[in-house]
Amino acid sequence: MTTDRILLDYGSGGKASHRLIGQLFLKYLGNEILDKLDDAALLHISGPISVSTDSFTVDPIFFPGGDIGSLAVHGTVNDVAMLGARPRYLTCGFILEEGLPMADLERIVESMGRAAQEAQVYIVTGDTKVVPRGAVDKIFINTTGIGEVFVANPPSGHKARPGDAILINGFVGDHGLAILSQREGLTFEAPVASDCASLNHLVVHLLETIPDIHVLRDPTRGGLATTLSEIAGQSDVECRIFENSIPIRPEVSGGCSFLGLDPLYLANEGKFICILPQEYAAQALAIMQANPLGQHAVCIGEVRQEHKGKVVLETPLGGTRLMDMLEGEQLPRIC
Amino acid sequence: MNLLDNFKNPQLCQKLLHSIQNELDGELRFMEVCGTHTVAIFRSGIRSLLTDKVIHLSGPGCPVCVTHDSEVAAFLDLAQKNAIIATFGDLMRVPGPDKKSLKAAQAEGARITIVYSPFEALKLAQDNPHDQVVFLGVGFETTTPTIAATINMAAEQKITNFSVLCLHKLVPPALKALAGDPDIGVHAFLLPGHVSAIIGIEPYNFLATKHGIPAVVAGFEPVDILQALHLFVTMRREEKAEVVNAYTRVVANAGNPKAKEMVDKIFTPTDALWRGIGTIPESGLRIKDQYADFDAMRVFDLTLRDVPEIKGCRCGDVLKGKLAPHGCPLFGTACTPAAPVGPCMVSTEGSCAAYYKYQI
Repeated sequence: MTTDRILLDYGSGGKASHRLIGQLFLKYLGNEILDKLDDAALLHISGPISVSTDSFTVDPIFFPGGDIGSLAVHGTVNDVAMLGARPRYLTCGFILEEGLPMADLERIVESMGRAAQEAQVYIVTGDTKVVPRGAVDKIFINTTGIGEVFVANPPSGHKARPGDAILINGFVGDHGLAILSQREGLTFEAPVASDCASLNHLVVHLLETIPDIHVLRDPTRGGLATTLSEIAGQSDVECRIFENSIPIRPEVSGGCSFLGLDPLYLANEGKFICILPQEYAAQALAIMQANPLGQHAVCIGEVRQEHKGKVVLETPLGGTRLMDMLEGEQLPRIC
Repeated sequence: MNLLDNFKNPQLCQKLLHSIQNELDGELRFMEVCGTHTVAIFRSGIRSLLTDKVIHLSGPGCPVCVTHDSEVAAFLDLAQKNAIIATFGDLMRVPGPDKKSLKAAQAEGARITIVYSPFEALKLAQDNPHDQVVFLGVGFETTTPTIAATINMAAEQKITNFSVLCLHKLVPPALKALAGDPDIGVHAFLLPGHVSAIIGIEPYNFLATKHGIPAVVAGFEPVDILQALHLFVTMRREEKAEVVNAYTRVVANAGNPKAKEMVDKIFTPTDALWRGIGTIPESGLRIKDQYADFDAMRVFDLTLRDVPEIKGCRCGDVLKGKLAPHGCPLFGTACTPAAPVGPCMVSTEGSCAAYYKYQI
């Protein structure tokens, strides 16, 4: 690398761009398709495909448990997988702020490469733009993922049915609190790390083993509460959740209570909700719990038909209340 | 087991619920005046478990909700000035006249930063010596000591670009106004735990002695709240009215003398405007003359101007417990958390927002 910071030259398409591609992007992301460096990538795919796109603008770009690079891989891989697909390929667009330290970019790209390798996906085409200082905040990444749908009856948010069990693969709220506490420079007794991870291997294992999975969704922005509300609305059913059974780390619940936030509305980046007929719940839980990404998997509720379109939370006292969708962003309270 | 878990114990809660139901004679209209209580009563599910005879009124307990339109207009006026505004997050979405909020002002270019403590705002002033930084001082007795300490520190350090727009309110004078209003008909007050930790219990004694209304200072866990309700039932049976401190693990009867001393050093009581209630004598705090350099009202020559009321909004009646949130014609239709008309729908601790969010 010739400079220690990103210059506008690197987005020119000229020699500087080529150096960046050769010395950095191909070094960490290279594979037989990307290495060809043609205008487009040639892919061989058959059957129905699952496609998802997402842009990553997280601040801070490095946080406990991950960084914007690994997040850009995990986030899109997970979205693609939730449709009952094997994620295969990713495209990747970078928008870089002039002056971004080259070491930061290298750390991010290296992390993307590692995440892609673990998820067994190829990054097949990409683009880099550099914009003047202040036009973006350090680095924005867009990834689009493509996967092959391999189940005959793919899961969907519209397919929850009364009687189904609602499972989650572990603790909720970790990512949101990790980002927020890092952003605000808050430190807690026990530091909270993001749960950011690619779930595709676990999800594929589940789909290959369990014959009938109705819904798979990853509760990212808006958290568990918002995603369940979406499902209740799409499927026109009631999601009945037992508050006692929702796994929340004590440090997350403590941090949230300090900040006036609700962990059920905090983003997750390594969690998925699985809704399926009760008869398969135990088997699905066993598969999840045998995987490090599902060690703390539990059943948190069931699908009913009484309050259609709503998520009803049963409190530890046996009372009930609504668990509604998040409005805008959660704002810290006054007292 | 965490000590706090005892205050969530479901068996104990069930026992208390049974006792309340069995021992209560007639109807009990209790009012809480703390947003944290509002939310705790909904979140824990207590509301869905209480007998119909116990009627929960959500009073003026959320500092955002009681902030008057004229005061919101002052924030927005300030946003037009050349200053950095530092605020607690709750205030960002409060609609002012013309439905404009600080969030909208921010989108138009006003420099607004969300902070978690007034000390952060002071640091912002130190980090931006060429800008004026104004902290929006809204809140009850819970928040005033730290704001007083911040002004004190700014004075000691001779910081010249920091001020506070002081619109603080005091809980006991509001209780006085509510207790004396025959239309509301409150039988008992659930008193705020956090505020009481600062002021102690003496300022509430008039509720029992003058108005014959029992009142209990309570914590925020389910057992705390149910225990307070049970105390109301017991006091009614024994035909007595007392002010009881049932939150002794946090609240000393004398309050926090150090915090009170700091508040007295910087602030002095003044009449204040409350949404829905109007002016209540000596129910607010203003910055003492000797600290005038830190008073944004004076630094920026601001006034609380008359503004037209928000049409159709019944937040005022909701705050006085005269109307349940869903009784307002705007509730859930024209007024939702996404597009709040009145402040009770804005703050997460507002009673309308709590109804909207939690009531099935």
